[in-house]
Amino acid sequence: MSNQILTRMGDGERLWMDVEDVMEDIQDGCADAAKRMGIPALSQEDQKKLFDILAEPSRIVSVNPGEEVIVSDDGTTMSFYSGQDGGGVGTPLSRQQAVLTYERACGADTTSLGHSDYSYKPVKSIINFEANDYYNISQATTAPFFYGAQPNMGLYFQPDGPCPNAAELMPLGKIEEARRAQEQACEYLTDDLVFVGSKLADVGLEGLNFDTSGSAGDADFLAALNGVERLKAKYPDLPILMGGAGEFILGMHGELTYDDKRIAGMYTIDQVKAVEKAGADIYGMAVNTSTTESVPWNLARAVTFLKATTDAATIPVHANVGMGVCGIPMMEQPPIDCVTRVSKALVQIGKADGL
Amino acid sequence: MGMAIAHIMASCMGGIRTAGDLVAWMQMTRKMKINDAKAYVAKKLGIDVFDLTNEEIMRELRKDLGLGTVTSIAGGPKGIRAKMKIAELLDIKIRSVELFKAQMGL
Repeated sequence: MSNQILTRMGDGERLWMDVEDVMEDIQDGCADAAKRMGIPALSQEDQKKLFDILAEPSRIVSVNPGEEVIVSDDGTTMSFYSGQDGGGVGTPLSRQQAVLTYERACGADTTSLGHSDYSYKPVKSIINFEANDYYNISQATTAPFFYGAQPNMGLYFQPDGPCPNAAELMPLGKIEEARRAQEQACEYLTDDLVFVGSKLADVGLEGLNFDTSGSAGDADFLAALNGVERLKAKYPDLPILMGGAGEFILGMHGELTYDDKRIAGMYTIDQVKAVEKAGADIYGMAVNTSTTESVPWNLARAVTFLKATTDAATIPVHANVGMGVCGIPMMEQPPIDCVTRVSKALVQIGKADGL
Repeated sequence: MGMAIAHIMASCMGGIRTAGDLVAWMQMTRKMKINDAKAYVAKKLGIDVFDLTNEEIMRELRKDLGLGTVTSIAGGPKGIRAKMKIAELLDIKIRSVELFKAQMGL
C-alpha cells in the first residue's frame, strides 16, 4: 500500500497525505465531535472503516449493494436552470422540465420545487404562482415532490424587514432590545411559514421542507419548530422535513426555550429531539465543514455526530450533504471523489436513514 | 448539480428506476427509519429487501403493478395515476392523490 492517500482540504484543495496523518485527523475529528456533544468517539473499528473508504484508490466509491438509502433534496431541481449563485448550470429548462428530468433521468428518490430566493418570506407575496406551479407539476410527478425553502429569519430585520436589526443592536449593548426584535421576527416568520405551508397544503402538497432552520440563530430554529407544530395541528397528514443549519444552534438570543429546553447551543441530538416533539417526519442534520481542516478530519467529525444522532432519533435522519456540510468541501463545485466518500461513510458508518 | 448526481450514484435507492420513491413515501408518511421502510415496502411487493434496488426485478414489478416506470411507456400509468396505485399498494395517503380523488368524486 502506498504510504500516501489522495484527499482534500475542507476548501477543496487536493493534496497527498501520509497514512499516519490521515489516521491522526480521523482520530482528532472524532474526538472533537465527541467532546462537543458529550458522546463516545467512533470505535476503532469504525475509524478503520472510515480510513478504508478514504484510502480506496478508485476515483469514486459507493455504498455496498443493499445498503442504499433515500436521497432527498433541497432545491436540487433548481440547479438545472439557475445560475452560479444557486450552484446552477443554467440549462434552459422550465421548472417542470427540471423536476421531471431529475426524477426520470437522474433517478432521484424525491424531487422538489423552490423559489429562486429559497426563503419563505419572498414566497409569501407570490404564493399563488408557487401553488399553481406546484399543483400542475404534482400531477406529472411519480416520486415524492416537496416544496422547500429556508426560514431565513434574517430577512425580517431592517432594512429588509419590519423588525429592528438585532445584529446592529447587540454591538451597541442593547441586548434586551435585540432580544425583543428577535422574538418579534420569530413570530412574523412562524406566521409566514404557516401561511405558505397552508396555501400549498390546500393544493395537495406532498411534503414541505424547512431547510437550514436556525441559520439566524435560536429564534430562527424556534420559529421553524412552532411552524411545524401549527401546520401539523392543521394538516396532520402533511409530511414535513425540518433540517438544521449546523451542528449546534447559535445563541443569538440566548434565552429561548422549546419544551423547557434552551435552544441556544443545542447539538444535533437535542435538535432531533426538538424536531420530533414538534411533529416533523424527517430531520435533516447539518455539520459545518471547516475549510482549514482536511476532509478526513471533517468527515470523521460529521460521522461521529451523525451516528450518535441516528441512534437517538425515532424519526428518519437525513444527513445534509450540500456544499460545506457533513464533510463535503466548502466550494462551488464539490469534487466527486470527496462527495462519494462522504456519501458512503455517512451511510455505512454514520447509519444515515437518508441524505 | 454534479454533486447531487454523485450522491445519487453513490448512495441513492434509485427513485422510480427501482423502489426508492416507495421507500421515501414510508419515511414521509409513517416516519419510518430506513430499514423499517425497506422491510415494509418489500413485504408489500412480495420481494426480498435486497431486490428493492434491483432494476431487473423492480422494472417488471412496477410495470405490472402500474407504479410508473422510468422509461416512458405509451398508455402506462405515470404521475398522479401511478401515485394512486402507489398509495393503494402501500396503504398510505398521498395528499396530491387525495385531492385528485376528491376532484374526481372517487
